[in-house]
Amino acid sequence: MNYLEVQDLTVSYRTAAGELPAVRGVDLAVAPGSKVGIAGESGCGKSTVALALLRLLPASARMGGRILLDGEDVLTMRWGRLRAVRWAGASIVFQGAMHSLNAVHRIGDQIAEPILLHENATPAAAARRAGELLEQVGLPARRAAAYPHELSGGQRQRVMIAMALACGPRLIVADEPTTALDVMIQAQILRLIDQLVGEHGISMLMISHDLSVLADTCDRLAVMYAGRVVEEGPADQVFRSARHPYGAALGAAFPTIGDPASRRSPRGLPGDPPDPAAMPAGCAFGPRCPVAEPRCAETDPVLWPAGPDRAAACVRVLSDEQARGAGVPAGGAAPAEQVAAHPEKEGRTP
Amino acid sequence: MTAETEQPDRPGAPPVAGVPGTGPAVLGAAGVRVEFRARDGRGTARAVDGVDLEVRAGEIVALVGESGCGKTTLARTLLGLERPTAGRVAFEGRPLGYRAKELKAFRRRVQLVLQDPSGSLNPRHTVYDAVAEGLRIHHGSAPDERERVAAALARAGLRPPERFFLRYPHELSGGQRQRVVIAGALVLEPEVIVADEPVASLDASVRGEILALLLRLREDLGLSALVVTHDLGLAWNIADRVAVMYLGRVVEVGPVEEVLTAPRHPYTQALLSVLPEAPGRTPVVLTGEPPDPARIPGGCRFHARCQVLSSGEAERAGVADRCRTEDPGVLTSATTAQVACHYAAAAARSGATED
Repeated sequence: MNYLEVQDLTVSYRTAAGELPAVRGVDLAVAPGSKVGIAGESGCGKSTVALALLRLLPASARMGGRILLDGEDVLTMRWGRLRAVRWAGASIVFQGAMHSLNAVHRIGDQIAEPILLHENATPAAAARRAGELLEQVGLPARRAAAYPHELSGGQRQRVMIAMALACGPRLIVADEPTTALDVMIQAQILRLIDQLVGEHGISMLMISHDLSVLADTCDRLAVMYAGRVVEEGPADQVFRSARHPYGAALGAAFPTIGDPASRRSPRGLPGDPPDPAAMPAGCAFGPRCPVAEPRCAETDPVLWPAGPDRAAACVRVLSDEQARGAGVPAGGAAPAEQVAAHPEKEGRTP
Repeated sequence: MTAETEQPDRPGAPPVAGVPGTGPAVLGAAGVRVEFRARDGRGTARAVDGVDLEVRAGEIVALVGESGCGKTTLARTLLGLERPTAGRVAFEGRPLGYRAKELKAFRRRVQLVLQDPSGSLNPRHTVYDAVAEGLRIHHGSAPDERERVAAALARAGLRPPERFFLRYPHELSGGQRQRVVIAGALVLEPEVIVADEPVASLDASVRGEILALLLRLREDLGLSALVVTHDLGLAWNIADRVAVMYLGRVVEVGPVEEVLTAPRHPYTQALLSVLPEAPGRTPVVLTGEPPDPARIPGGCRFHARCQVLSSGEAERAGVADRCRTEDPGVLTSATTAQVACHYAAAAARSGATED
């Protein structure tokens, strides 16, 4: 069974301009011990999904659908249960460790706080555990006495990870854990996260606007656009050969050094995401899509099988798959390496 | 000032003729050092510790390095915002003067584009005011102000410009805000743009758009640019030359194709190896963080973290002692590929004798 299963999640915010949809029906599954990435640009709803998982959204948010954490629906949980699930069932590593840590408390006390609250530990035991956690994330235990401003950005992010591990969660949600960090520090942090989730068998949901970082870290990737998942599949395939034009644009946004095609030709995506108050008719990506067709303004595509174990929400994918004779059953497993090595052979030839 | 300089010529290096930016130097640093009092009040932090670097007419130079390597301090010094402790900054071959009048004239021609457009725009100023501000400072109320603001906005890709005049920053997307900041720099028709992390706070999809704009400005207006960044992909996307900084010094510099596809300095090699999706390289994840610029190690400043030294390769090449004791020196401002590394120099020498 999946440790996390999100079913038809919707989130809208009540604003002065009326109810604005931020997440418009998202399905996600994270198997125990697996790592799933969500990619997308600001405002696509990816961080809203992350916060919704533990009901951390502001009061103006209205949620629908189901969020099953180990089979239990987070959205209908009672407060007491929800408090128990936060930290111990799932914990979050937020972006911008500078703002997520309390500037006037020693970091050791901040790591010990959830342990004190959740495990009825004695202060001495919690402090000892905080020291162990710091060692685990590569900081000396004596740094527990430091204040956040005494640490570098990378060290603060390590503290955030130690906090997230404090109560032994089975799922870690990492929201842009390495954004704003230098490449070398980013590599250190990604390595650390990878090693820790591997050692403890923790599942992970990682959120980023950088598809290359997610492809490097995660097993599976979901690309979000305007509140929906528009592409989903094995991480490497989504990154290298996206089927949805938006997925392809995100993948091309960060160049591969040495690739002559991207030399002196940065690739972006013109335009801005749609205003949630005025969604375009048909496909939400249509107005920015480099390969849009007239029918895109009429049909609002849903996720459709787009090769073994993959799905994409694009009418072109739908016609391609139909032309191949049949929809490929989702979940049909092909060895990822093989497919990655022969991207042109993806999908199953009838 | 300049110690011994390792400048082995790269065999088979392509000729530089025809490459953008082979013209005269527009903006340059010669032997620039910038020192600050260290944070704990004891000693001095050598933020920039001897740098020679020039940006030529129509050239885009990327200055890359990690936080704290001194790249932003060097950029601020080139803009006249910081006075070098030693060495000098030159604009069009003449030393930069630091009298208010001289600086004002200089800053019309060399414009700064800051990172984080949300922070560098006044939330209470309209787009029009934000772009016109520079004009008003330098020209008072110019009769053609409206036309010039419109032209700058259009150049920055905000079209039709009139539609943006009365907007406030919060009404714009991140990419549009960055375009407004760039328009504010363009309105004075500068010769050089110094951009500090112009895309670091932008979404992946917008990143390419802004970089394409910088390239287009170079083509259309012949602008030179120094782009300060920690993003090596940015250098690959737009720069002609790249200078890699570590702890106050440029440790490797040269044409982008050479430095990024065949890096010779172990630090550059490590940086490139840890990029996500780096093709076919074993990641070299350096431990720890760069040392404090108040305590720059002796010998080669990178030696304590150097993977070539710690693996024993430098020892086998017979340069390990020099790595620990001898400063590889300051690279020159020439446009050829250069590296400040004893091991790379030894490798180039033995390569040359084998040929």
